[in-house]
Amino acid sequence: MSFLRIEGVKKSFGGNTVVRGFDLSVEKGEFISFLGPSGCGKTTMLRMVAGFETPTAGTISIDGQDVTAQPPNRRRIGMVFQAYALFPNMSVADNVAFGLKIAGMPAAQIRERVAEMLTLIGLRHLADRYPYQLSGGQQQRVALARALAPSPRVLLLDEPLSALDAKIRVSLREEIRALQRKLGITTIFVTHDQEEALSMSDRIVVMNEGRADQIGTPFEIYNRPKTRFVASFVGNLSLLEGEGTGDARAILAGDEVILPFPARGRVILGLRPEAASLQASADRTNQLTGRIDEVNFLGSLVRLRVAVAGAGVLVDMFNNPGNPPPGRGDIVTIHFAPADVQVLEHTPPELAIAAE
Amino acid sequence: MRRSLPIVSTLIVLLAASYFLIPLYATFQFSLQMVRGQWSFEAYRSVFNSDVFAATVTFSTIASLAAILVGVLIVVPTAYWVRLRLPRWRPVVEFVSLMPLIIPPVVLVFGYVRLFGSTSYLPLTLSNAGTNTLLVAGYVVLSLPYMYRAVDNGMAAIDIKTLTEAAEILGASRFRTIAAVIFPNVRSAIVSGAFLSFSISFGEFVIASLLNRPAFGPYLVQIGQDRAYEPAALAIMSFALIWACMVLMQLFAARKPGGRILPRLIRPSARSVTP
Repeated sequence: MSFLRIEGVKKSFGGNTVVRGFDLSVEKGEFISFLGPSGCGKTTMLRMVAGFETPTAGTISIDGQDVTAQPPNRRRIGMVFQAYALFPNMSVADNVAFGLKIAGMPAAQIRERVAEMLTLIGLRHLADRYPYQLSGGQQQRVALARALAPSPRVLLLDEPLSALDAKIRVSLREEIRALQRKLGITTIFVTHDQEEALSMSDRIVVMNEGRADQIGTPFEIYNRPKTRFVASFVGNLSLLEGEGTGDARAILAGDEVILPFPARGRVILGLRPEAASLQASADRTNQLTGRIDEVNFLGSLVRLRVAVAGAGVLVDMFNNPGNPPPGRGDIVTIHFAPADVQVLEHTPPELAIAAE
Repeated sequence: MRRSLPIVSTLIVLLAASYFLIPLYATFQFSLQMVRGQWSFEAYRSVFNSDVFAATVTFSTIASLAAILVGVLIVVPTAYWVRLRLPRWRPVVEFVSLMPLIIPPVVLVFGYVRLFGSTSYLPLTLSNAGTNTLLVAGYVVLSLPYMYRAVDNGMAAIDIKTLTEAAEILGASRFRTIAAVIFPNVRSAIVSGAFLSFSISFGEFVIASLLNRPAFGPYLVQIGQDRAYEPAALAIMSFALIWACMVLMQLFAARKPGGRILPRLIRPSARSVTP
């Protein structure tokens, strides 16, 4: 039996449906990310788990107990907000102690637990500071300690890293994940940043227009996207339009490409930048030739955009100090393996025949 | 490079300042002339020696403080609830809070007298305690625009909604959220609202006079009719009191959490923040 269950949850505000039929089972200790563009309903779904919104239909249960109608202050959930939401009038130690005081813990135990939590986030020396004296990263760590102090059943993170600058964002996400593993706490993390979701999660829920488009491990989501939305939202994907021949081939503006499986009629092919290369190899049997439109030097990577068959194909190559990347306007040949081609929209040959 | 003194703007400032300062200085000088042929604080001594002065100041102070207390208890939960749950009603509530600036106190107090007079179901004007209650109610209404504005601004400065949610998810009840999180964070706003209310109701004349209360405002007017030098002394003291209120308001508004109740005038060097 899973620890957190969300069954058939719908939510409308007036006539505006934000979440339409959401199902999810989360195991104890799992780290789940809700990933999607703004307005996809991920934050609303999280707020329903927290109890700040009531579902229009469906149930939410934690550890076998139906909490759908329970107010937030009875759910024993920890939450970290995007805007930190530390209590400005309290010191760091008092912020962390707040939940414990409300739970009625004796003062000596509170002191001990606060010290333990502050040591965990490495801010024990700042216990007497006030929120306005801390940097954004420190404030968010305190918010995390405050959420975790009363040993909640579930931890909810509502875009906790969005307000921080890039470097702290990366270090803090590693810290959050390490802490989550150490405590074994069931966690839901809401983000619109695919890199965060891919690097931190056990499983990702990709959300689009109030629905879970795909639920899977980061590896599955990235490599085997089920819908065109998931494919285009997660990672970079170059899209090419062609004509399936019915056997495992497609014709793109005169060039022939070998597909992983047969398709007939109009097909959309997807290719990840890292799957394409300017070097030929034994398994990269597909070839397309085009002119380089753009060269983006990203540091460890160089990203080329090559105009092929009326579309732009992205090609990533590693930076090599001994070998400068090709320039704009150069004609290059792209090599890629049939197995790396994603066929996003196609009609299987047998259906296509039936339709004819 | 030295900037030359901007002559025109300086002149305008001096002109505006003299409009305010010359009468004030004249009043002050006059208040020192009670004993013929020499400067003295005799007028002030005379005022302080009067029993009526002490009684009216005490009465007005108590009435003003009561008005502040009632005002805070009405305004803080209202402003909080409107911001949290009824944001669409904010313009309406704001408009209502501004009404006392439009409706003259005379109208208000006549309304009270008609409504709570001897023929009413609730004849508050028949007893001293009842009339005092009406006076405090009038002061609450008069200071409503200032109190509401100050508290509402204080709440705008902190993220009421997220702080409430943060407290709730940690298990706090609604009452506890207001008492432990919201109230302390708008305290400086409440204090500045309170000082404003105090300076308005302390010297208030119309309501106190028409309800026939022994307050400071009517006393001031009475003295103005009976005496020559004392009213000048009283005017100067009233100004000093209002200024003191304003200075205190500024100090409280600038106070940071964890600081002292009365902030230090010289700030210690800022503590460094490590990322």
